[in-house]
Amino acid sequence: MFNIFKYEFKGQLKSMSLWSISNVLLIVMFFALYPNFGEDAALMEKIMENYPEEMLKAFGMSTALPLSSVLGYLVFCFAFLQLMFAIQASQYGFGILSVEEREFTADYLMSKPVSRGKILFAKVSSAIISLFITLVISSIGLIVSIKVFNNGNPYEMKPILILLSSAFFFELTFLTIGLTVSVILRRIRNVLSFSLGLAFGTYIMNAVRAILDGKLLGYLTPFYHFDPAYILVHSAYDGKVVLISFGMIIIGSITTVLLYLKRDIYAL
Amino acid sequence: MFIIETNQLTKFYGKAKGIENVSLQVQEGEIFGFIGPNGAGKSTTIRTLMGLIFPTSGEAKIFGKDIISNGPQLRQEIGYLPSEVFYYDKMKVKDLLHYTAGFYKKDTKKRMNELVEIMELDTSRRIEDLSYGNKKKVGIVQGLLHSPKLIVLDEPTSGLDPLMQQKFFDIIKEEHRNGATVFFSSHILSEVQELCNRVAIIKDGSIIKTEDIKTLREDNYKKIFIKGKDLKLDQFNLQGLTRLILENNELRGFYKGDINQLTQLISQLNLKDVIIEQPTLEEIFMHYYK
Repeated sequence: MFNIFKYEFKGQLKSMSLWSISNVLLIVMFFALYPNFGEDAALMEKIMENYPEEMLKAFGMSTALPLSSVLGYLVFCFAFLQLMFAIQASQYGFGILSVEEREFTADYLMSKPVSRGKILFAKVSSAIISLFITLVISSIGLIVSIKVFNNGNPYEMKPILILLSSAFFFELTFLTIGLTVSVILRRIRNVLSFSLGLAFGTYIMNAVRAILDGKLLGYLTPFYHFDPAYILVHSAYDGKVVLISFGMIIIGSITTVLLYLKRDIYAL
Repeated sequence: MFIIETNQLTKFYGKAKGIENVSLQVQEGEIFGFIGPNGAGKSTTIRTLMGLIFPTSGEAKIFGKDIISNGPQLRQEIGYLPSEVFYYDKMKVKDLLHYTAGFYKKDTKKRMNELVEIMELDTSRRIEDLSYGNKKKVGIVQGLLHSPKLIVLDEPTSGLDPLMQQKFFDIIKEEHRNGATVFFSSHILSEVQELCNRVAIIKDGSIIKTEDIKTLREDNYKKIFIKGKDLKLDQFNLQGLTRLILENNELRGFYKGDINQLTQLISQLNLKDVIIEQPTLEEIFMHYYK
């Protein structure tokens, strides 16, 4: 089992490094612009007032945290970082199991003396560790960026750490959705289109939810379950809706295990 | 105890039949042939035995243990070579072989190196750069490096040139001498005849006959083609000649019996051409089992 993990992890090193680098670049670019926003709070508020309310909502801007504040600016940026996390996690979810069947290597792997359960465990733990490492590197980039570019504006560290911790469960949700879909479908031909579809689909769903002020749509999207504005304002997860994501993780994991253990592997 | 024993093994892919009520018994030390035309269910049976697909009903045991509940443990002693081989493209051959070795409890190093040498395999190359035949060689080494007690071969010779095929057969024979049992599926009768002690013939998902290879050989039909002048059907009044068709002075048919009698008969005719050959497996099916 350990050799499968080792092989998987080695294969993910490249993707992990690329995601880490691009996440850190994204964060630094965003926060390098912050001093312009945080300079003159009053002016900023005025500018924002000129934008249609729907648009501000769509970007997750909340009245409790103005864009000129460090945390308010973080709300705005973090949605994009979440989008990156969502794409990466979905890619692993849709990819790690389906790749063996897409490239017909499942015949090789599963005819070896190793159980399906162990294969699944090795692959999923490698993906989780890769996601975690990417998240830690991105978090360090984020914290350092805030320290460098805060422009002397005050901010609290605790809500930021809670927000970053939420990203891990956010990623697990996307990972599990990807895994579940990949064991339900017979074959996934293009992992990228599935991942982009899931990540952008749920992101847009959340934006529409914000504009319409309807909660129902929000229940379906992890972007709402882990709403950065809520977490930063309350210094806590949104207790009820976050349970939906946890439920998805549990149900998805059980489905994945049950279906994968009994899955028929087709030959070319 | 049988090495492989299946009991009413059945697999449906949705509504499509893969195999139905397949019951097989392979004894220790046998080279057991499994022949049938393409799509007859050979691969379905083998993939079920290997735990790649799951039976709809029935059961199968290997080394006396159920294949589903003991799959991983049983596969410690099974070597498998499919007809189409696919490995991780980015890996080098030696990395793949070491990766493979990592699954087995025994020390496989010595045998691995021997096999690499026999198959003349360049282990420093990447899998994606290998030709199909070379990938197949990788398949042979990775399938046999742990000196398995049961070797499962699913149409293994496709893509191997005749020289490599012979080397491969020699390896299989050697493994067999050292005590391995071999389960060998093929649609090529001649290679089955070269290797096997016993064969099962499968058609449309069901076993139609299990026979000693000797019987099969003695019962051997020849396919004949004779071209000559003024041929008449009543000239061919020899027992054993069947399904004769005479058209434009060309005679086609099958013969089973003493070959000398046939050549004697033919020698009396005025011929332009004569061909006596092995019938294809499909032709055997048509004449043997209809």
